[in-house]
Amino acid sequence: MACGVGMLGLGLGLYGKQAAALPALALRPPGAGAEADFLGACIRCGLCVRDCPFDTLRLALPETPVATGTPYFVAREVPCEMCDDIPCVKACPTGALDHGLTDINQARMGLAALLDHETCLNFLGLRCDVCYRVCPVIDKAITLEVLPNTRTGRHAMFLPTVHSEHCTGCGKCEKACVTEEAAIKVLPLAIAKGSLGRHYRLGWEEQKKAGGSLIDEKSMVDLPDRMPEGMRLPGHYDPASGMTAPPGDAAGAAGMPGTTAGPVPSLPPGLGDGK
Amino acid sequence: MKAEIRRVGADALAAKGRLGARKWLLARRASQLGILALFLLGPLAGIWIVKGNLAYSLTLDTLPLTDPYVLLQSLLAGHLPETLGIAGAAIVLLFYFLVGGRVYCAWVCPVNMVTDLAGWLRERLGIKGSAHIGRQARYWLLGMTLLLAAATGTIAWELINPVSMLHRGLIFGLGSAWAVVLAVFLFDLFVMRRGWCGHLCPVGAFYGLLGQWSPLRVSATRRAACNDCMDCFEVCPEPQVIRPALKGEANGIGPLIVSPSCTNCGRCIDVCAKDVFNFGLRFAGSGPTVPPVPADGQPLAGKG
Repeated sequence: MACGVGMLGLGLGLYGKQAAALPALALRPPGAGAEADFLGACIRCGLCVRDCPFDTLRLALPETPVATGTPYFVAREVPCEMCDDIPCVKACPTGALDHGLTDINQARMGLAALLDHETCLNFLGLRCDVCYRVCPVIDKAITLEVLPNTRTGRHAMFLPTVHSEHCTGCGKCEKACVTEEAAIKVLPLAIAKGSLGRHYRLGWEEQKKAGGSLIDEKSMVDLPDRMPEGMRLPGHYDPASGMTAPPGDAAGAAGMPGTTAGPVPSLPPGLGDGK
Repeated sequence: MKAEIRRVGADALAAKGRLGARKWLLARRASQLGILALFLLGPLAGIWIVKGNLAYSLTLDTLPLTDPYVLLQSLLAGHLPETLGIAGAAIVLLFYFLVGGRVYCAWVCPVNMVTDLAGWLRERLGIKGSAHIGRQARYWLLGMTLLLAAATGTIAWELINPVSMLHRGLIFGLGSAWAVVLAVFLFDLFVMRRGWCGHLCPVGAFYGLLGQWSPLRVSATRRAACNDCMDCFEVCPEPQVIRPALKGEANGIGPLIVSPSCTNCGRCIDVCAKDVFNFGLRFAGSGPTVPPVPADGQPLAGKG
């Protein structure tokens, strides 16, 4: 009997492991921790579902690929309206939804990612901007980055750009995306967010912290920028290759980010600032 | 086509009438359905007296009730719950500690109606033969679910628990949970007599252990009047609990049914034509002076 129960336990444990893999389009309510912690904390009572005024949340059915009975929402169907008083978190009796979350802007239900550059209307050079405009954290979570439209040669492209520092993962952008299948999608953080690795240091950040360059700039040798053979980038400032044309000279490339020359030739753009 | 063999409960029916012989059964169904109705009033009629399900509920926005079993699993998984969750568990623990843990099984749990139906049908269809699994299996299962919570850091049992699946399903949407419930029904009907509730369910095992010292007990107070018709053994979902109390007088065993497996369902009280059994209190002295508990004093309020 113990053996049978043990086998059942093993099977259930393995099944549980599988069930702990949250599918890409299911998002947890605000205040939910990492999936593994959440599954140990949520007792599946559904109080968050009951207290959600917008019927965003629902409990997973056995056939849903989300752990049975746990709350989730699908952004494309009903996104989170980001209530100021966060009733779903208040209703949670176990703290599976962290009661320490009192500012909904600090919620991290997921992270929006503009997945398909080929169908995003703004990437095609149109001014859709819908995801940017519906974003509850407009101009912080989603900004429009301006690039020249090289296809027409005379227009700009306003590229919706998500900033994980501010994105709550509410899903309003995905819900509002006008294309048949959303080009921008909100994914669980574990899927959407990359990680540099702890050993990485960003040279320009370290330089700012140190108040100056960390290496001896004078001994730096400026090597020619490596470009694919035969390629010329008009207006590209690279003294080592003999390209010293001041920005703005070359037609069509004026003002393009990355073409502004810094005062120190060896530094990438934005690094030198006057030194 | 009248059967040769006397039907179980025929004597009680003759002695006490149709209602008298089903008093506790009707009270139990009223309790089970009433609790379910309270939970369903919100989603179906918009009358929010009770929110949630048997894992946790909030009544009239003030009274928290938490299933201590699922909370224990959460604790073992390494999560410390909020105050409301702990308070709810304390209330439920105290309640079942007093009235008997498996009152949950007989008076609250929705699966009981499913397995009772399977048991009734099994008898009507004359299905004989039953797989054998010891009644201790449920304690092994209980231990396994607790270990699993600790080992995986998740409440793994809730992924397949038919009890919460059915109750949550009825309130929040059943989905394919009906298949799990049907499996329990078919198992009880064809494979094993009283298989789920009486042998396997770890939820019942947990509540049984919780209520093993409860004062409210069924007592074979008038055991001297027993005429050995065996009907109580037939209807009891845990017949092994009756024998010591009913037949133990010679060995100096009291009339109280003290086994943690007893669900306080009252079937034996209903089925006994001689009124041998009644509800009694463990500490109110022994013997036939035990005052019977009135019908309306039964734990209709428990919705752990």
